Amino acid sequence: MATPVNSPMVGKLVSIDVNVGDQVKENDPVATIEAMKMYVKIYAPASGTVREIKANPGDVVNPDTVILVLE
Amino acid sequence: MLEQLTQVINSTGFLSLTPGNLIMWIIAFILMYLAIKKGVEPLLLVPISFGIFAANFPLTGLMEQGGLFYMFFHNGIQNELIPPLIFLGLGAMTDFGPVIANPKTLLLGAAAQLGVYAAFFTALLFGFSIAEAAVIGIIGGADGPTTIFLSANLAPHLMGAVSVAAYSYMALVPLIIPPVARLLTTPKERAMVMKQMRPVSKGEKILFPLLASLVIILLVPKSAPLIAMFMLGNLFMESGVVQRLTDVSRNELMNIVTIILGLGVGATMSAENFLKPQTIYIFILGIVAFAFASAGGILIAKIMNLFTTNKVNPLIGAAGVSAVPMAARVVHQLGAEANPQNYLLMHAMGPNVAGVIGTAVAAGAFLTAIH
Repeated sequence: MATPVNSPMVGKLVSIDVNVGDQVKENDPVATIEAMKMYVKIYAPASGTVREIKANPGDVVNPDTVILVLE
Repeated sequence: MLEQLTQVINSTGFLSLTPGNLIMWIIAFILMYLAIKKGVEPLLLVPISFGIFAANFPLTGLMEQGGLFYMFFHNGIQNELIPPLIFLGLGAMTDFGPVIANPKTLLLGAAAQLGVYAAFFTALLFGFSIAEAAVIGIIGGADGPTTIFLSANLAPHLMGAVSVAAYSYMALVPLIIPPVARLLTTPKERAMVMKQMRPVSKGEKILFPLLASLVIILLVPKSAPLIAMFMLGNLFMESGVVQRLTDVSRNELMNIVTIILGLGVGATMSAENFLKPQTIYIFILGIVAFAFASAGGILIAKIMNLFTTNKVNPLIGAAGVSAVPMAARVVHQLGAEANPQNYLLMHAMGPNVAGVIGTAVAAGAFLTAIH
């Protein structure tokens, strides 16, 4: 089952901390965004393999933006 | 010949230096060290600490009527010019979106003012006058310009101590909030994920500063200097048609008046004014105020949850102590510690900016009651 990882809030994507094909466990950090001058880590909502990365560092992301997809 | 030599020596500062001056220099250097090496509120503490340093040279006349620092202090601060100008800049950087999306958070910003009143009554017990106690209580609002604004009105002789207390405790928010929050919440409460916020339209954001001014200034007219400027700055930003005014309000103008504010406040800290037991009490009461402010926000959030269906994570109540956006960041971290899937930052911004308004209103209420 594919799990999209969305940005939890409006911010600027700083980095994607995983690569396509990586195995991640639930609550592993997968990306970093900057909001309110603070770096906020985004944690994987479920365990799985990174199937696709859909956003690039520097992008402005909001709760509708899918950053990456886990499977 | 000898007489002239004595005269020259006496005209230098050396012989007029007092032990008090030296102690104030040490205090100035400690603050400077904290600002430069530890990054504690450097934008304020660098000018404030240099102001203390310079004002404690003897024979300079800097703080005598007509002196340079006296003019900064008298025209800028005592006449209440600068704090409202800073509020203009703050308004031009404040996003009221989280408050508009979740207006309940306004209550949490108000609840945190409990700390202000807790410290006010404690200060009265310590023997401070009503006006002095009000100025000490307002430290709990964690809002520098408001603290300076109120003390210029009610107790100018305490301005140095209360503003340094306010700014240093603001920098200590990451140390003050967590123990209070952990004491008052269970891990399960801290782990609670809040519902996604609804998007807020541009129209709502433009109307908000106008509606907020209407309600607040009618309710507490004495809060007008701060609230009016804050909302004007916000309207600049949200209207989107005066980018130049928005930029100058939150950058250049704010930076310029910060220099004058810092020097003026620092210069009030002469040895005879600052080296008193009451200064120590002010610092103790200040931290009481901060702790009670965080506690007040959390407790009201928990009470609110008893009556509402769309529950809030009680941690966000602690962000009601203004100190924007530091308090919101601390709350976010506490939430993420309990549950990595918990992203409270934006939810905490609601009580956080509401806290700024709350403190300005509390200051207006004190002015109305005491003047």
